[in-house]
Amino acid sequence: MTVSIPRTLVIGGSAGSLEVLLQLLPLLDPACKLAIIIVLHRKSDNDSLLSDLLAARSILPVKEAEEKDLLTAGMVYVVPSDYHLLIEPDGTITLDYSEKVNYSRPSIDVTFISAAEVIKEQLACLLLSGANTDGGEGLQMAKAMGAVVAVQDPAEAEVSFMPKYAMGVVKVDRVLRQRDMVEWVMSL
Amino acid sequence: MTDEEVNILLNDLLEQYGYDFTDYSFASVKRRLQRVYTNDRFPSFAEFRYRVRMDSTYLTYLMEQITVNVTEMFRDPAFFQALRKQVLPVLATYPFIRIWHAGCSTGEEVYSMAILLKEMNLLHKSVIYATDINESVLEKARKGIFPLAYMQQYSQNYQQSGGQHDFSQYYAANYEYAKFSESLSEKIVFSAHNLVTDRSFNEFQLIICRNVLIYFNKELQDKVLHLFSESLEPLGFMALGAKETLRFTTVAPLFKPLAQKEKIWRKIAT
Repeated sequence: MTVSIPRTLVIGGSAGSLEVLLQLLPLLDPACKLAIIIVLHRKSDNDSLLSDLLAARSILPVKEAEEKDLLTAGMVYVVPSDYHLLIEPDGTITLDYSEKVNYSRPSIDVTFISAAEVIKEQLACLLLSGANTDGGEGLQMAKAMGAVVAVQDPAEAEVSFMPKYAMGVVKVDRVLRQRDMVEWVMSL
Repeated sequence: MTDEEVNILLNDLLEQYGYDFTDYSFASVKRRLQRVYTNDRFPSFAEFRYRVRMDSTYLTYLMEQITVNVTEMFRDPAFFQALRKQVLPVLATYPFIRIWHAGCSTGEEVYSMAILLKEMNLLHKSVIYATDINESVLEKARKGIFPLAYMQQYSQNYQQSGGQHDFSQYYAANYEYAKFSESLSEKIVFSAHNLVTDRSFNEFQLIICRNVLIYFNKELQDKVLHLFSESLEPLGFMALGAKETLRFTTVAPLFKPLAQKEKIWRKIAT
């Protein structure tokens, strides 16, 4: 069922993670054959600003995820504020306006878990800086489904709580410093 | 729960109760069912299934849990501002205004609409038909009682939407709850309607259906949009949620965007 879905990287971040993304994205080139989904906690207003900001820095095309978008290799999808993002068995995107999870919408756990169930070992998850427990449960699930899971090195994360928390609940495959991220992503 | 188990349960809901979720977003329905299954601590899928098949009270609860019932008053203030400035002045020219609020859930947006109509002195000649698939959320909507703790946020939304009055005049505060004035609800007709299986029941000048279509697959979206189109008078308005669109749907040629950013369209052909 997963054959038509490209290898996918979901990056989750909260406080202190925008700067990491702004440094990482310009370094990803068209050789990158991943579909990349970015789940970033933020205030619910001034919406498309984030995807515009990331698009301005990225060589890969960046778009705000829309419902029914088909995951495509080489595309970067930004989850819109105030919606969760789910992955359907056919590789399309569903936006979901249900209850907040971990006080967050979008929630990183929601997308990690949904992607893990569908994409399984073709999935990689990266959890960045943040002051929330979001992402930990999702990494657990992703790992159990055969995905590759990594966190930003808490020692250099602006807010170490989120990656540290995740490392406490799941044995991650990689602990990444900023300067090692590009190589890791391109190796997926 | 496995995908197969989800399908077994959905099949039960259809065969036994006539609720058809087969054209809903699978990922969303699965997540909702999983949530109930975990929260209610069923020891096995078989016991979950048995409960759903045998206990109609539980079924009512499950239905409320499967569908998403998250809503607020004046959610997306800019949307309500667009209604106030661009839609209601047109509706004001009609002798009688009929509005259909489909998938109204617990009614917060319906009461918001009633407030707009009242402030523009149109409520007396309006009827809002507010429908949802769930009888239990409609029961809450009919009461018009919402947690008092939310009023600060709702009041802020109301003001951002262009509201000029004191928001608290619309409800009576009582302990932890705010009960909205019956002068608002007397022009609202709440009734059960299933967008999947039920037909049109009137002609309207405005249909509002926000954050419902995102849970439907392409085919069901098209079907429901045709239902809306057939239920709209010529030049009637249709309003969808912030992330919903008519683009790539078969009704797109029948409508022109009124306020693209706020997801309001006007019917220009049949």
